[in-house]
Amino acid sequence: MEHARVLRGVAGVAGFLAAAEIVGATGLIDDRFLPRMSAILRGAAELLADQEFLADARATLAAWGLGLLLTVAVAVPAGLALGALPPVERAVRPLIEFLRPIPSVAVVPLAILLFSDNLHLRVAVVVYAASWPIVINTIYALRDVDPLAKETLRSFGFGPMSVLLRVALPSAAPFIATGIRVAAGTAIILVISAELLAGGAEGVGIYIMEAASGNRMDLMLGATLWAGLFGVLSNSALVAVERRLFRWHDARAGVAR
Amino acid sequence: MNAIRAVGRLWLVPVTLVAWEIATRVAEQPFFPPPSATLVRMGEMWLSGPPSRLLLTEQAMSDFGPSLARLFAGWALAAVIGVAAGVAIGCSTRLSDYLDPLIHLGRAVPPPLLVPFFLALLKLGTPAQLATIVFGIIWPILVNTIDGARTVDRQHLETARIFGFSTVQRLTRVIVPAAMPKIFAGLRLALSLALILLIVAEIFAGSGGLGYRLLSAQRTYLYADMWGCLVVLGLLGYLLNSAFLLLERRVLAWHRNARQTT
Amino acid sequence: MLEITDLVHSYGSHRVLDGVSIRAAEGELVCVVGPSGCGKSTLLRSVAGLIRPTGGRVLIDGRPVERIPDNLAVVFQDYSRSLYPWMTAANNVALPLRRRGLDRRRRREAAMAALDQVGLADAAEKYPWEMSGGMQQRVSIARALAYRPSLLLMDEPFGSVDAQTREDLEDLVLRVCAHHGMTTLLITHDIDESVYVGDRVIVLTRSPTRVAADLPVDLGRSRDQIATRQLGAFVRLRAEVGRLVRGGSPTPTVLEKH
Repeated sequence: MEHARVLRGVAGVAGFLAAAEIVGATGLIDDRFLPRMSAILRGAAELLADQEFLADARATLAAWGLGLLLTVAVAVPAGLALGALPPVERAVRPLIEFLRPIPSVAVVPLAILLFSDNLHLRVAVVVYAASWPIVINTIYALRDVDPLAKETLRSFGFGPMSVLLRVALPSAAPFIATGIRVAAGTAIILVISAELLAGGAEGVGIYIMEAASGNRMDLMLGATLWAGLFGVLSNSALVAVERRLFRWHDARAGVAR
Repeated sequence: MNAIRAVGRLWLVPVTLVAWEIATRVAEQPFFPPPSATLVRMGEMWLSGPPSRLLLTEQAMSDFGPSLARLFAGWALAAVIGVAAGVAIGCSTRLSDYLDPLIHLGRAVPPPLLVPFFLALLKLGTPAQLATIVFGIIWPILVNTIDGARTVDRQHLETARIFGFSTVQRLTRVIVPAAMPKIFAGLRLALSLALILLIVAEIFAGSGGLGYRLLSAQRTYLYADMWGCLVVLGLLGYLLNSAFLLLERRVLAWHRNARQTT
Repeated sequence: MLEITDLVHSYGSHRVLDGVSIRAAEGELVCVVGPSGCGKSTLLRSVAGLIRPTGGRVLIDGRPVERIPDNLAVVFQDYSRSLYPWMTAANNVALPLRRRGLDRRRRREAAMAALDQVGLADAAEKYPWEMSGGMQQRVSIARALAYRPSLLLMDEPFGSVDAQTREDLEDLVLRVCAHHGMTTLLITHDIDESVYVGDRVIVLTRSPTRVAADLPVDLGRSRDQIATRQLGAFVRLRAEVGRLVRGGSPTPTVLEKH
């Protein structure tokens, strides 16, 4: 059963590549515009030996990873504080409700003014944009904690702090993890947007712009392909970690997706 | 009563604004103009036109018009394609097996990467921006629709079979309504993503619209203008989101209520 | 009218139905009762054509069931999953009537008539989630009625409602089935109910399932929740069915008394 699925998936990918190659070979599309599939794949392979691309990829990943770490460090405690203190949460909520729908890339021009260093700029933008899903998920998760579980612990004489640590945090953890996974996706969008809009010396976004100005569509699409594959891998890795860590948590749907 | 409750709920907003105003006046930092100055500039830029046009200025028309048109056109196009394809794929296990890896790859590509690609492919202008938006935001719609169509309650489908529904009836009366909650979740994600891509595309292509105004204000040291654009984009995001929630609440009334009672 | 002969069904190596034969005459209300997990639902789903049984034959009006027959309706136990929550009661009832080639107005009329029969004329514009469980199951019954099937299948139709509603629904089913002369196969695990509602009670054994007994119910067509249940014949028959469901063997004397 599973075997047949994998086989069909492989067949689907192969079919898509072949179809794209055939369309290219018929000459319907000028391959100076849109290169053939074989050329794109060759371009993607070349990129693996291209020191410049590898350096750019490292720079983007560094900004992404650093930004995400900092986001978690800021957003999880913030979410916990807001979730544990309902009066504060009620007061802050209108601000959150207004700030959250602001399209996050709009803050890039402001960030350009404030940060001269490109890495700092990207990390700052990521922290701003990727914090929301984590904060919101954490607040909701804490609110959802089974009151009975909390009261049980309280009846044994535990204080509010240990209730937070021993009951609220573990039962909220799966939702926080979902928030972090969503944030990881937001973060990569922001890093690349910041690269495109703010310029700089290094980054996949910069590489793609240079390939565009050199009219190397094959390298552009090759780099895009790698970015997509990286996205698939990092997402599956995060999902796998979630599954491992929270096996006890029956597959309840996350608060935000 | 309601007014008192609203004040009780919203008190932090005016407090923050006043604090911001005082802090910026004291600091006299050029990047951070006081909110009052931003507000004045917003009025001058967009709301000082003739009353016959609801006070909207020429600039307001040229800033908002094209941006909103591209946003909605791209979103609507992605919605139509995404929902149609999603229902087709979700109804056929075989088809979804074949396409699953491609869909995973497609949705994992960071959408802003497509901006330079489509600009190079289609040249500057609306088609490139539309293509960027459609290609970038279709994935959450597609994935959610597939999921929704795939997980229609078995008994809903069996009932349709028992009573001999035609294929069209099964699609329009059973599968699509049942998948609607998930489709709406996808559409909402897509809407906020569309706004982001629109701004990236406008800033990057520099061809008019709010995003372009934002960047050119920053480049020409008109910081109050820049903040004005930020505020307007925030308002736009907020309004779109609220309008969409309102629509969702109407269309999915059955969903909310059905879940509350069972 | 309905002839089930030697029906066999297995899920993998697990045999659920092991040669079940049931007949129902035109207009008869046959109750099928058996211990839980005995494959009652598998039986119903085979008759409805929702699954293809491993072996045996199902004939409706002499024709074998291959696809889902168009003269058959089903009332499921779980009304909340069988009614469409995005449609009003009237639309839920009217939608299947398209297959009958009725225009919009006629569909609406037929739906209203059916809702009236189950006592829900006033609730036509309500959504399922605005109704109690008993009302939802009435809508489900009205949908089946409006469809005018010659065979009505009911899968534990009163399994998810409270006791009072259950009695009301039992009487409703007795009334409308007699009124329309529909052949009905009602599946239940409730011994009392099978005797109260049925013209005949078929008792199934534990899995792998066979027919343990086929008992005629001589209580007449008009039944009353209090009076009927006090009759000696009802009490004896209920005891007999209870014994059989628990795996006992048939008592010849009970049958002779009828």
